[in-house]
Amino acid sequence: MIEANSLYGPLDPAPDAGWTDAPPRMGFFTDTSVCIGCKACEVACKEWNGVPDSGFDLLGMSYDNTGALTANSWRHVAFIEQPRPAGHRTPPFEGNPTGPAASPASAATAAGTGTDTGTNPGLPPGRPDAATRMAAGPEFLGMPGSEPPGRATGAESRTDFRWLMMSDVCKHCTHAACLDVCPTGSLFRTEFGTVVVQEDICNGCGYCISACPYGVIDQRKGDGRAWKCTLCYDRLGAGMTPACAQACPTESIQFGPLDELRERAAARVAQLHDRGVPEARLYGHDPTDGVGGDGAFFLLLDEPEVYGLPPDPVVTTRDLPKMWKRAGLAALAMAAAAVAAFVGGAS
Amino acid sequence: MAEAHPVGFQWVMEAKRRGAKVFHVDPRFTRTSALADTYLPIRAGTDIALLGGIVRHILENELDFREYVLAYTNAATVVSEEFVDTEDLDGLFSGYDPKTQTYGQRSWQYAGHEKNSGDRDTHKERETAAGLRHESHGMPVGGQVQRDETLQHPRCVYQLLKRHFSRYTPEMVERTCGIPQDKFLELARAWTENSGRERTGVLIYSVGWTQHSVGVQYIRTGAIIQLLLGNMGRPGGGVLALRGHASIQGSTDIPTLFNLLPGYLPMPHYIDHTSFTDWVDSIRHPGQKGFWDGARAFGASLLKAYWGDAATPENDFCYGYLPRMTGDHGTYQTVLNMIDGKVRGYFLLGQNPAVGSAHGKAQRLGMANLDWLVVRDLFMIESATFWKNSPEVETGEIVPEECRTEVFFLPAASHVEKEGTFTQTQRLLQWREKALDPPADARSELWFFYHLGRIIRQKLAASDKARDRAVRDLTWDYPTHGDLVEPSAEAVLREINGYEVATGRPLSAFTEARDDGSTAIGCWIYTGVYADGVNQAARRKPGRDQDWVAAEWGWAWPANRRILYNRASADPEGQPWSERKKYVWWDADRGEWTGYDVPDFEKKKAPTYRPPEGATGVEGLAGDDAFIMQGDGKGWLYVPTGLQDGPMPTHYEPAESPMRNPLYGQQANPTRKVYDNPVNSVNPSPPQPHTDVFPYVFTVSRLTEHHTAGGMSRMVPRLAELQPEMFVEVSPELAGEVGLDHLGWAHLISGRAAIEAKVLVTDRLTPLRLDGRVIHQVWLPYHFGREGIVTGDSVNDLFGITLDPNVLIQESKVGTCDIRPGRRPTGPALLELVDDYRRRAGLVGGRPPIVTTDASEREVG
Repeated sequence: MIEANSLYGPLDPAPDAGWTDAPPRMGFFTDTSVCIGCKACEVACKEWNGVPDSGFDLLGMSYDNTGALTANSWRHVAFIEQPRPAGHRTPPFEGNPTGPAASPASAATAAGTGTDTGTNPGLPPGRPDAATRMAAGPEFLGMPGSEPPGRATGAESRTDFRWLMMSDVCKHCTHAACLDVCPTGSLFRTEFGTVVVQEDICNGCGYCISACPYGVIDQRKGDGRAWKCTLCYDRLGAGMTPACAQACPTESIQFGPLDELRERAAARVAQLHDRGVPEARLYGHDPTDGVGGDGAFFLLLDEPEVYGLPPDPVVTTRDLPKMWKRAGLAALAMAAAAVAAFVGGAS
Repeated sequence: MAEAHPVGFQWVMEAKRRGAKVFHVDPRFTRTSALADTYLPIRAGTDIALLGGIVRHILENELDFREYVLAYTNAATVVSEEFVDTEDLDGLFSGYDPKTQTYGQRSWQYAGHEKNSGDRDTHKERETAAGLRHESHGMPVGGQVQRDETLQHPRCVYQLLKRHFSRYTPEMVERTCGIPQDKFLELARAWTENSGRERTGVLIYSVGWTQHSVGVQYIRTGAIIQLLLGNMGRPGGGVLALRGHASIQGSTDIPTLFNLLPGYLPMPHYIDHTSFTDWVDSIRHPGQKGFWDGARAFGASLLKAYWGDAATPENDFCYGYLPRMTGDHGTYQTVLNMIDGKVRGYFLLGQNPAVGSAHGKAQRLGMANLDWLVVRDLFMIESATFWKNSPEVETGEIVPEECRTEVFFLPAASHVEKEGTFTQTQRLLQWREKALDPPADARSELWFFYHLGRIIRQKLAASDKARDRAVRDLTWDYPTHGDLVEPSAEAVLREINGYEVATGRPLSAFTEARDDGSTAIGCWIYTGVYADGVNQAARRKPGRDQDWVAAEWGWAWPANRRILYNRASADPEGQPWSERKKYVWWDADRGEWTGYDVPDFEKKKAPTYRPPEGATGVEGLAGDDAFIMQGDGKGWLYVPTGLQDGPMPTHYEPAESPMRNPLYGQQANPTRKVYDNPVNSVNPSPPQPHTDVFPYVFTVSRLTEHHTAGGMSRMVPRLAELQPEMFVEVSPELAGEVGLDHLGWAHLISGRAAIEAKVLVTDRLTPLRLDGRVIHQVWLPYHFGREGIVTGDSVNDLFGITLDPNVLIQESKVGTCDIRPGRRPTGPALLELVDDYRRRAGLVGGRPPIVTTDASEREVG
């Protein structure tokens, strides 16, 4: 049920936060159907924002050696290898002497390779079974991963294959729980409707980390403060495009007024559906979803879980008013009972 | 392309958005394959079989663009009756000499031309990579040729081509390349259906395509298809070579090659080119038609730019000062000479051969045997530290305390710290501003060479030795500026453009070049880049403010022409083939060629023009001779002269292959360049024994995240962390066969080295079924070495040295190896492992047999 408070439901966040004459809300539309996985966004982001490295470890999750969004990686390109059909007119390995697919098993192995990213919680080891399901796709029902790659027995041979790539980023939620729970006011809503951490105010309490429904915001070790994408607030103020969108060679990352981006995204989905890509769908575009819609939303080619995204994120502070109301009612009842007892006793 | 050229790939994505179909052929499924409409896995080194299959598909089904083919190619030209094809000689063409392993090319000529240009010393041409000089023009052929416009003559090029490729059937493609027939036909149909009057198709390749013992013939086969389909000289067509890094095109135009001078003028040979006239006549071939008639003016103007006032018509413009070639001075010969102690000093600029060149051990052993080595780079790379940190130090083959080479490391300015031009694959020069000063002692190459030259000239100023005159007489007068005393890059560009000596007026076109010493031109094909004293390469008019050809963005050689041979975009009568593909056409009212681009034709020469009897030079070109730099004005489906390894591409196996050549008794390129040196060896291939010792095919290329030999990416944290370890990609099937675990270790062994890598088991690799046999291929990135933030073994160590005979490029994209689980041994045990393999493979010195058919004896007999 949508309730009439500014912690849930559709609204324009900048005016809601008290900005008068706010410019249009700005955001990202990331079209993963044209992402080529070059990681220019990751590099440009780190270069512009002075983000430190996040470790030099081979993770084995396809070409993803970043692992996740952390305090030291504000853009993260996910690579998902799947034995599933893609837009290829003929399956890539049709006619080749192949055995069963190894990608679910490889992903399961890779899921155990959490490494030190210099942040907390950083990049914890994943669950092999979850990784297996991601690599196999939502239709997968079996239990590989128990066999080393290539040594499973099975009559099936792989012919279909697709390689999904997706540049993930902070969603800049309409209802940003991180901001709501921040006790110092370090996290704030900008005039562009984005959510930014002010590093000179953050006291490192970490409340925002458990509040984020996407697991985006993260703490830097040795520094203790929370860090994440600012949607290049400094560049926006100067009328510039954020570094990642500027660097993206294929316009997979598009930056602009959110209303325009939503129109463009809807048209792109329609175009892909026309061209025989029925699996194309938007994620985070809907103002009525659990976070009031994302300032950074995506065109995906599979279920969100495949990309490691929560299927139905809900702002963790949604129920706060209800909880306070109940707590208040309970307190009142207690007080009434106490008063009743006192009055009763006196009579 | 998405892997190595992600920025350029945006245009492929743009084309795809507009409905283009993208096909990707690669041994492994890459980021390009992920975005392609159809992906074809192929056995590395079999591209001629695949493309030959397409040629056959076109010819058997008569799908060629017949009017184009008749008018603009040599399809109708009749070839000498002395010519014998590989179909009759089991993989050899006529004229093969087993002693020198080269061809006499007399029998390859056009009918009636046998004596004209067929009797050259092809052995010498191979030594000097003479094929390279044809980058901007073909070899000459003389006079009028015999043609059969019906294409029925049994010795016309069309029929020869048809017969030559008749056995390249879809079944043969499957047996050779491992590409299933249905998939092959899908490619063949798409390519042919999207070519013709209304549509054009483009072939894009990256430099790895050239790095084969038949590299030039790969591109030739692609060019044959594009000519047959009418895709040359037309918008949306062409053969696009994506270069390995910025300005590689520029570094062949103004070459860093031993056998070329600027503008593809050949470096003189000490026997063939004793005088200035000998030299220029060897280029222009008096009496022949085409634009090379101007060679005398180009040569004189170049020497005038080098030696200024000292260069006069009377002293042949100081032609005597030019160095002479005596043979093969290529990079691999030089490295072997270093090992043999014949080289004293070496400059390395922006190159990291210890990691990036084939046979890393030979590279390092060579560099360890010099008096001095100068390395100019952004970072301390392996080629500067091999003497203290290399596999050979671990094995004891190089002892740091005893290594005699004195290494001078000079820090270099990066591309944002200096100004100048980049020339990209479209021949487009784009000016680059300096963004900031280089740090500390880092300096630009221009600064380094200018001041090195200045100091050397100072030291020689008082010399009266004849040998020093060439340096003392050089023009070396570039203005400098700023605290760093940086020479002016614009002044260099102005000299490259050329100027009138008397007035200093910059020239506007190479047609202004003179052979009397009145013009000086640094590189004749670049003339016009500084026309009117304006840096035309610095033009940046946005695309939205001009038409789609965007002629006012940068400057393209020659003459700011964006598509070469664009006369072919119009029909023989000069009208566009179609409205949709309109580009350059004949305006009969104004009596001139016009269009969106600068016409690649004499502006006023009518389509109906026919040369008078005996006309030579430009006058000899007819109004429909669209390929104006070719001696006969035609695009060459058949190359009568100029290539070492045959007039038509032929499938040969790579120098190292687990397969017997399915098409011919001749296994590998019979003219490939091999070196007899104890350090070099070639793994056995059929029909030799012991091929099972190295049963797997390995191929190497790049990752998006790194740059070439890693010198600019392994040292940079933001890039290094993206691909932090050396790895090998294997298919699940091979992983099962050998016992490899995902993220475990494996080591790979060839006859040269053993290296280790982490294993990525991935569905992106697939085994191939060939002739009932399953062949496994593995892939590795070649970016890793021992210096930097992330390190790993170098895969190029696995390669030996075998070169293409035309341009001396190494075969470094395919080889054979064994792969085993676990890490490699270290120290002397590593050498023992490799020695053990060498013993088992029978590699006890010498080289494999070059000729593997007895057909040449049959011919002689």
